[in-house]
Amino acid sequence: MAHARPNPLFRNLMAKLAAIPMILTAMVVFVGGTAWTVTYSFTNSKLLPREKFVGLQQYERLWETERWMVSIENLMIYGICSMVLSLLIGFVLAALMDQKIRFENTFRTIILYPFALSFIVTGLVWQWILNPEFGIQGIVRGMGWVGFTFDPLYNAQIVIFGILIAGLWQGTGLVMVLMLAGLRGIDQEIWKAARVDGIPMWKTYLFIVIPMMRPVFITTLVIIASGIVKLYDLVVAQTSGGPGIASEVPAKYVYDYMFSGQNLGQGFAASTMMLLAVLIVVIPWAYLEFGGKKRV
Amino acid sequence: MTHMRNLLAASTALCAGAVHAADLEVTHWWTSGGEAAAVAELARALDANPDHSWVDGAIAGGGGTARPIVVSRIIGGDPMGAFQFNHGRQAEELIEAGLLRDMTHVAEAEGWADIVNPPSLLEACTVDGRIYCAPVNIHSWQWLWLSNAAFEAAGVDVPTNWDEYTAAADALRAADIQPLALGAQPWQSSGLFNVLMATLAGPEVLTQIYGEGDSELAAGEEMARVFQAAAAARDMARGSNVQDWNQATNLVITDAAGGQIMGDWAQGEFAVAGETAGADYTCLPGLGVRDVISTGGDAFYFPETGDAEIEAAQDALAAILLAPDTQVAFNLKKGSLPIRGDVDLAAANDCMKKGLEILAAGSTMPDVNMLNTEDTNNQLNDLFVQFFQDDGITPEAAQETFVSIVRRKD
Repeated sequence: MAHARPNPLFRNLMAKLAAIPMILTAMVVFVGGTAWTVTYSFTNSKLLPREKFVGLQQYERLWETERWMVSIENLMIYGICSMVLSLLIGFVLAALMDQKIRFENTFRTIILYPFALSFIVTGLVWQWILNPEFGIQGIVRGMGWVGFTFDPLYNAQIVIFGILIAGLWQGTGLVMVLMLAGLRGIDQEIWKAARVDGIPMWKTYLFIVIPMMRPVFITTLVIIASGIVKLYDLVVAQTSGGPGIASEVPAKYVYDYMFSGQNLGQGFAASTMMLLAVLIVVIPWAYLEFGGKKRV
Repeated sequence: MTHMRNLLAASTALCAGAVHAADLEVTHWWTSGGEAAAVAELARALDANPDHSWVDGAIAGGGGTARPIVVSRIIGGDPMGAFQFNHGRQAEELIEAGLLRDMTHVAEAEGWADIVNPPSLLEACTVDGRIYCAPVNIHSWQWLWLSNAAFEAAGVDVPTNWDEYTAAADALRAADIQPLALGAQPWQSSGLFNVLMATLAGPEVLTQIYGEGDSELAAGEEMARVFQAAAAARDMARGSNVQDWNQATNLVITDAAGGQIMGDWAQGEFAVAGETAGADYTCLPGLGVRDVISTGGDAFYFPETGDAEIEAAQDALAAILLAPDTQVAFNLKKGSLPIRGDVDLAAANDCMKKGLEILAAGSTMPDVNMLNTEDTNNQLNDLFVQFFQDDGITPEAAQETFVSIVRRKD
């Protein structure tokens, strides 16, 4: 009874010591940097940071700016479409791949390959493919359909879908591989049981397999979502935000105002809004996901 | 003047002790053919003195790419020996933070106050009575470049002013020629608008609005007319699917477009294409409406390094940049005007001579970069690139946004 229990703080002391550099990095770089950015978003810092606080002035200006509103709208459209379509296409491809086909390795490599390219390369490739003179439109017109028009990057109404195509082409392969790994993790016995019960294949996928793959879906969602929020290089490579400001995105707004616009305060305010948007999505999700498990 | 420079060079040589050559890294964004040839003239002039050697730190991609790199290197404590910016407010905060070197001693020794013409160029380098930069050239925005062959094909005379040009737009369209070439990059749209404002409403209006932040004038009748003219220009520019300014210039060179509003750097493109001013193309300073050019351009700044050898090299470079022979050699290659009125530019072409005449007559105006911060310019870029690409925005709505930008500016 009397002998003291070891202090939990000193359990696995070596492991904790080894983790200190990473903990420091996380605290100083991530948390410290974030706090600094949020603080300075309330100042009127221009080229250099300075402590002249102006309250919410930067935020008022931000929400009055047409370009910021266009950026938000574009990110919403891109985000929702990219989330839904990449999950859908990724899962269908994975399900097709799971039918014990021949040359599966070859197909898997081909479909995953675009993921090995950077967004800049992807953007440049699709800029040429979608170019009306040299790309798809030019080829189809060359084959005789003179009235054929397909120039998403030059049409302000649909330019964001031109970017979406490139984003999907690059990212769907990864989703497929993750889904395929999830499908392979499903016990074959379940398939056999479903077949014995005479459940059609699509119903098995929809009502048995997909609910069992929940952890895989969550991982995939997080990966896709983080890719959406930081969308920047694809836009720069494909359209530089044009035509006009029709394909601007929030990350590009932040960069342009911080560096070429020499207005740090405005850039910080915009990046704080981005952080806020991420937190609004992540906190309830993390609460449900991790908060729930502990109670069990 | 020359012996003064020699004296200075001698004294710096003594200070440096002539042990070994000090490397002076010079950062700039002059990377196109003509620009690189011009900057090589500066390097040659500096290297003529064995005590100094020019290390070229060119950054491709223009000012938008280069400026953030320069600023982050200086703030990060790794300054180059000298760097090029457009003179104006781009380096304002670096000067206030004490990161750039006061070059007043060189300016006084060389007598810059007497030779720099127009004096506004030196004023743009001056903060609290101290001089922080060395202006090297004058570039002006207010030029209309017209293709003679395009107007011939359309069956109309080559216009002599903006009104004749807009009147010819339909004839050009009918002949399947793009009336006005405009690249999609944001700065080209806002530049075009600023030119319309300076020529149609007058330079005093531009100076009042951008210099004093006069939002009432910005909301007024005069500006409403400029916005109507901009809407007309938008109609004329519809269909020019190019990005870069030199691609737009190329449309004029190849007679696929009637004209382009672009700064005098465009004439380098005409020269490279072997075209002759007057015969193949026509240039109208001030859009033919009023003879006025802005005196923007490039200037060199010198960061604080704390290294005596580099400081000696900085002093030498500052003196060389304004020397008469460097001015002639550099500006002929660059296609820009010299910053001193007392040099002979006999080799200049017709368009450059027109510019020199306007400069000599003193009808100049400050460049937009001298009046606006980069923050304001960025907002104007956003507004006008959207306006010129999207027909849905009425001139009235654009003017409203314009007024709110002017009200916010500092």
